[in-house]
Amino acid sequence: MSLSSTRPVDSHDASRAPQPRQWPLVQIMLSRLREFYREPEAVFWAYGFPMLMVVGLGIAFRNQPVEHIAVDVQQSPAGERAAEALAKNEKFVVEVNDSEVCRRRLRTAKTAVVVIAEESSAPKYEYLYDPTRPESVLARGAVDDALQRAAGRIDPAATSDVEIDEPGARYVDFLVPGLLGMSLMAGGLWGVGFLTVDMRIRKLLKRLLATPMSKSQFLAGVMLSRLIFMVPEVVLLLIFARLTFGVKVEGSLLAVVGLILLGAVSFAGIGLLVACRAKTLEAVSGLMNLVMLPMWLLSGIFFSPDRFPAAAQPFIKALPLTQLIDALRAVMLEGLPIATQWAPISMLAAWGLVSFILALRLFRWT
Amino acid sequence: MPPAIRCTNLVKRYDGRPPVDAVRGLDLVVEAGECFGMLGPNGAGKTTTIEIIEGLLTATSGEVEVLGRHWGRHDQDIKQRIGISLQETRLSEKLTVRETLQLFRSFYRQGIEPAEAMREVSLEEKADVWVRKLSGGQKQRLAVACALVGDPELLFLDEPTTGLDPQSRRQLWDIIRSFRERGRTVLLTTHYMDEAERLCDRVAIVDRGKVIALGSPRELIASLGGEHVIDFSLLNHNGPLLDPAEFSRLPAVESARLDGSGYSLSATEPHLALPALLGFLKQRGCELSSLTTRHASLEDVFVTLAGRHLDDAEAQPS
Repeated sequence: MSLSSTRPVDSHDASRAPQPRQWPLVQIMLSRLREFYREPEAVFWAYGFPMLMVVGLGIAFRNQPVEHIAVDVQQSPAGERAAEALAKNEKFVVEVNDSEVCRRRLRTAKTAVVVIAEESSAPKYEYLYDPTRPESVLARGAVDDALQRAAGRIDPAATSDVEIDEPGARYVDFLVPGLLGMSLMAGGLWGVGFLTVDMRIRKLLKRLLATPMSKSQFLAGVMLSRLIFMVPEVVLLLIFARLTFGVKVEGSLLAVVGLILLGAVSFAGIGLLVACRAKTLEAVSGLMNLVMLPMWLLSGIFFSPDRFPAAAQPFIKALPLTQLIDALRAVMLEGLPIATQWAPISMLAAWGLVSFILALRLFRWT
Repeated sequence: MPPAIRCTNLVKRYDGRPPVDAVRGLDLVVEAGECFGMLGPNGAGKTTTIEIIEGLLTATSGEVEVLGRHWGRHDQDIKQRIGISLQETRLSEKLTVRETLQLFRSFYRQGIEPAEAMREVSLEEKADVWVRKLSGGQKQRLAVACALVGDPELLFLDEPTTGLDPQSRRQLWDIIRSFRERGRTVLLTTHYMDEAERLCDRVAIVDRGKVIALGSPRELIASLGGEHVIDFSLLNHNGPLLDPAEFSRLPAVESARLDGSGYSLSATEPHLALPALLGFLKQRGCELSSLTTRHASLEDVFVTLAGRHLDDAEAQPS
């Protein structure tokens, strides 16, 4: 190197020759991907946790036939006879207890129904049950049938039962699209939001702002890398649900993947918006919980949102997670073609796009 | 050739109660090809000033021109031609040195290869090591490499060696010197006197948001009137303190001032000043508890102008 050299004649000439184009968007995404898979905890929470949820909830809510009905009979001579009659049917698990124990067991859901038999010439029964508990209502009906028949009732109509337990109609089938939506929401918000605020705290955003990097490319890179993480996450979840519970996709798999990608991008956009000004991790955590809580509760992850009052429905329908889960269920469970889902799709896309544009405008780099 | 940087009457007021004026009418011209240092205590407004010039902050009023261009009109143009190292940036810990440089390289239309940037800052051996595993000095060199990877004409370094060990500091100085030797321009801030003296062609001493002295380190020191300093203190000296003005009448003594519990004289020729001083003290019946002589430094310039030392000169809100 010559000390007297001045710009532009200097040792850098060789390296100033045209170089292969480096795509900043690709580099931003690569950096994000590397940071992600080099963080084992993040990988576990992203990929392992949703699977644990499927296992846990799938087992807890597996659709087993109603095999046993717990019945308590209040102690008395007539009660003993009633208990004997019920015990003939294997599906009843009968216990004879005194009045107080019976009532306590009903209150604490140890038993589904309490039978009080009165001492009289003709059999006469009183049922204690909880009308708000489905199994209590069912038990009351079953016990009544059994006792009526024991007392000599003859059913006038001949009936026969055909049991149907098909994949697609079970709770776990309902649950998997909900969990997919939930992972997409949580992944998008936490992944993008936390990362962004962390980079702001580390003054890395400020450093990047001092480069000629395009801001929209940076934000798009953060969103798109989120999308790439989500693909293995949801594919794993789908395969896992298929292998363990036989959960099938009725409609087009391509449509499901498309919806998942759209969901990932939209929630990443919302994540950016949530994190666009927060200066501490505490602040962004609070905001994210605020944004996610209504969707956790209302968007139908675990049960249908139709149960909420009619007045709340427009609000519930406006939530992006409701739209995503509705569309996923329509395609996965009902096998509807993707074209029928244009309404939720456009709504979800609008959420993502509007959030991204707002985030770009409001974003604080320092 | 236009100057690399020109600031005219720069003012930055941070809103608040009360509002804080971090920069109050600062003028600065950095010529192309020089290494220019802004020297001053913490809170003097150095970082605010440099960040305004870098385009990261907007001035409340005043003009800034960088490479003949203006922020707000030629942002991309300027950003393509400058390199920046902020006072503290924590780069992504789980990326390697090479990956970090590749990322930064991708933002610039033209620049140097990441491998060359690593060579410039002597981090070739750490190419595939995670940033987390680097020492403080290595991290700082990587930060500088990120600034060099766009092959800038103008390099900004905000407190580049703060908190580093002596060896790391020297390594960084070498990097900065070699950059400047290629005819490029450097603007750095520091609160280390020795750094400014050894590295900078010209120095602006900044205090309370203003430039209080400007020139080459040699010129600034010469402006004190004497290149030597005699520091001394007196033993058990009771009674009225000696008036520093009395010392300045001694031969070869240019000026004198109280410095803490002792005195500090600025002298042109110590071999004349010292015997005179000793004779004067004997005549007054004073006994020395300590006496040292040294070359004058930029610190003395600051103390003379600001009336306090750099270390204990945290800017007071006024």
